[in-house]
Amino acid sequence: MTDVVKVADEAGLVEAVRAAIEAGKTLDVCGRGSKRDLGRPGQTDWTLDLSALAGVTLYEPEELILSAKGGTPVAEIEAMLKERGQMLAFEPLDYGPLLGGAEAAGSIGGVVACNLAGPRRISHGAARDHALGARAVSGRAEAFKSGGRVVKNVTGYDLPRLLAGSYGTLAVLSEFTLKVLPRPPMEETVVLPGVSPEAAAKALSAAMGSSCEVSGAAYLPGPVAARIPELKLDVPAVVLRLEGFEPSVRARRAMMISVLMPFGGVEVVETAASPGLWASIRDVRPFVGTGARAVWRLSTAPAAGPALAARLAEQFKGETFCDWAGGLIWLLMPGEASEADKVRAALAPHGGHATLVRATSAERAAVPVFQPMEPTLAALTQRVKASFDPMGVLNPGRMYAGM
Amino acid sequence: MTGLRLPEADAGVLARREEIVAALRGIVPGEGVIDREREMRPYESDGLTAYRQLPLVVVLPSNTEQVSQVLRYCHANGIRVVPRGAGTSLSGGALPLSDAVLLGMGKFNRVLDIDFPNRCAVAQPGVTNLGITKAVEHEGFYYAPDPSSQIACTIGGNVGENSGGVHCLKYGLTTNNVLGVELVLITGEVVRLGGKHLDAGGLELLSVIIGSEGLLGVVTEVTVRLLKKPDTARAVLVGFPTSEDAGECVARTIGAGIIPAGIEMMDRDAIAAAEAFVNVGYPLDVEALLIIELDGPEAECAHLLGEVSAIAQGCNATTLRVSNSEEERLGFWAGRKAAFPAVGRISPDYLCMDGTIPRKALPLVLSRMRELSEKHGLRCANVFHAGDGNLHPLILYDANKGEMDAAEEFGADILRLCVEVGGVLTGEHGVGVEKRDLMPEMFDEVDLAHQQRLKCAFDAEGLLNPGKVFPTLHRCAELGRMHVSGGQLPFPDLPRF
Ligand SMILES: Cc1cc2nc3c(=O)[nH]c(=O)nc-3n(C[C@H](O)[C@H](O)[C@H](O)COP(=O)(O)OP(=O)(O)OC[C@H]3O[C@@H](n4cnc5c(N)ncnc54)[C@H](O)[C@@H]3O)c2cc1C
Repeated sequence: MTDVVKVADEAGLVEAVRAAIEAGKTLDVCGRGSKRDLGRPGQTDWTLDLSALAGVTLYEPEELILSAKGGTPVAEIEAMLKERGQMLAFEPLDYGPLLGGAEAAGSIGGVVACNLAGPRRISHGAARDHALGARAVSGRAEAFKSGGRVVKNVTGYDLPRLLAGSYGTLAVLSEFTLKVLPRPPMEETVVLPGVSPEAAAKALSAAMGSSCEVSGAAYLPGPVAARIPELKLDVPAVVLRLEGFEPSVRARRAMMISVLMPFGGVEVVETAASPGLWASIRDVRPFVGTGARAVWRLSTAPAAGPALAARLAEQFKGETFCDWAGGLIWLLMPGEASEADKVRAALAPHGGHATLVRATSAERAAVPVFQPMEPTLAALTQRVKASFDPMGVLNPGRMYAGM
Repeated sequence: MTGLRLPEADAGVLARREEIVAALRGIVPGEGVIDREREMRPYESDGLTAYRQLPLVVVLPSNTEQVSQVLRYCHANGIRVVPRGAGTSLSGGALPLSDAVLLGMGKFNRVLDIDFPNRCAVAQPGVTNLGITKAVEHEGFYYAPDPSSQIACTIGGNVGENSGGVHCLKYGLTTNNVLGVELVLITGEVVRLGGKHLDAGGLELLSVIIGSEGLLGVVTEVTVRLLKKPDTARAVLVGFPTSEDAGECVARTIGAGIIPAGIEMMDRDAIAAAEAFVNVGYPLDVEALLIIELDGPEAECAHLLGEVSAIAQGCNATTLRVSNSEEERLGFWAGRKAAFPAVGRISPDYLCMDGTIPRKALPLVLSRMRELSEKHGLRCANVFHAGDGNLHPLILYDANKGEMDAAEEFGADILRLCVEVGGVLTGEHGVGVEKRDLMPEMFDEVDLAHQQRLKCAFDAEGLLNPGKVFPTLHRCAELGRMHVSGGQLPFPDLPRF
């Protein structure tokens, strides 16, 4: 059994990292443990438990900022924002159910470290686009800060954004400041049913290239659509979300209907059903409950998405669907095998990267979970890692073997 | 040059100037290498014109291979390099060094790919910010970040400074609108980060390249996100008896869940200077003027204009005009956009500052600035990206009367004040040489060392744009040392960086 080091404040965090360095041990950086199975399986000596490093330290709705300690539950933050009519606009996805864990169990540090974002990524950006400031402890056992607590700042390198998406391999977040935004008072979903992947790509491009300000755009093949109860459909469909003030949403709905006219008739989902529909897409619900079958997440040029998704599903006898207007493909393999080389080869002509987000630990140990890099970029990435964590104490091997 | 410390010139490099020029000519043929003093003059400063310095030589490469070879040569020979776009930086980021190659990216001036289905464009770094929009506007698209310098500044320079504009509260800074870059490292190696997909993958190095002020690598290609132009844009011009009232109006607007496309504030001095210059009908009897712009579908603009007008009335607005035509809207902006030249008309010289503050601190900051204005004996006009708290105090001075030092001290005091109230030194103009020595106001040694080690990961010899951003140059080996109290370092045979 690994030792657990539980810390409650930044000083404790510094001590813990220092102790690990001095004892020659490595740390599994763990917010609330909801995403432990994301990334390469760890062979760490100690678990650094941040669940007690929690609490919102600053929330100023009118300044659009919120600061919270690394282990703060995201659910707590989202509830607090909701009370004031605000939100984390990047709509963090909850990997809990897909990875076989509990719902809404993640920490804000985890959300940031994995740069999670949901359907609203296409209009509002990823977690890192809302990163304003960080306090963190690097693998040198030193606490440092960067960024600030204002929404516009270019003083020094943008380390808060670098830490977002670094999977805890550079530094442990002790406190993070995020930009928050008003929650739109209304949302509506327009559905274009019965479209082929090729038509879907065109429809998505037309919608995104219109001034409808789409804040969610997905392509769902028939069997996937059938597993989203709010849709009441079992044919392939393009779904598009409109959010904002009521007069604006109504106007854009009319605009959207005419933009989609060449592709067929559209339906509008009942208003009450729309949030559930997008939560399903966000949290990959259609693939929940499929045991240990491998799941890939591919990021590619949006216009290529639907056709590539269809090809992947056919080639591997798996299932796929697209979010991010086609730019994000979720691929469920038929079994535990990830077929990493073949999946990446299929993606290669279109550019982008493929991440194995769910697989048995044996599979995740056997293949590169994150997209392998060109040698020059790999060497640069190594040097950046070493600049923050020269001894390789923090989450060694979580992203790449030997780093 | 007054006052400014720059890294000591490398006498060995200066002595080898002829040989270096010849070697560079071997890489970049013809007029791509400029070594005559008269022809190098245009490059001697950037938008921070108080500082001037001729470079060792100017090199204007026209493709990535040449950039790569120039950098490889400079790296092998220990020669410093200063990258430059259009040279409009207001912080001295592109200021030459006497022993450094000035690498001008002006010949990289083509838009390489316009991809409407994927809503992105690939441009060379020397394309102007407005040039990108010009290349795509026939299809109703545009590139969102819009610095006031957009007709001149380049997308490479925008990446260097992470530039903003008046619409960045709603549409973000450069960093939120760039999908990928091609970057040449000082070793000459070429890396590509990101592309047409939304997240680059791997460590988010793209985010540190953006805003790195030419210290990490030379950008040779940029992929930007394109947006569809909103159907309508309308603005409201509101005058207030006090800046507190104007500030309250901004807070209540955002509190009501409205994120306008832009909210600009001007104070009495700035209003007067702008009105005298462009005559657009700004009220002269108010202490603060807000321009609030709303964009989107017609119905949304109409709805929000009603809401915003009601909020403004509730905040003691004394004048309120809603634009009823495109011409009128542009008129509202004309004064704000001309604020810098307008101030240039009433004062021989001015210094443009760029701190950001929490918006709620505005009344306090403005009153403290009035005290500072008296202390330094210089006037100051304020324009302000009010939505995101980004201040642009314009300090008026006359260099011929020896007021430059006082102006710089006044500026430094303003930036210290920004940090004191919870803000930052720069919102969009960058640190450069201008704010370099103020960095310790915001960051301690440990904070700065973490940033400088990142620099070491890209450029271990510190050859790219030295003397900018960081107040002290440390050798990478010294920065990399680990200080572990008690005990021995584990893994004694591991390489230490
Ligand atoms: C009148 C005026 C108004 C302005 N208004 C605004 C405004 O509203 N908002 C705003 O944000 N800024 C504004 N600026 C500042 C300035 O225009 C921006 O910082 C701009 O992005 C600089 O672009 P440039 O091409 O002139 O770059 P330069 O000044 O040439 O360089 C800027 C920095 O980027 C680096 N660099 C340039 N090209 C490259 C490259 N290819 N690879 C690597 N590094 C590179 C340089 O080394 C330097 O550090 C204004 C300036 C002026 C003069």
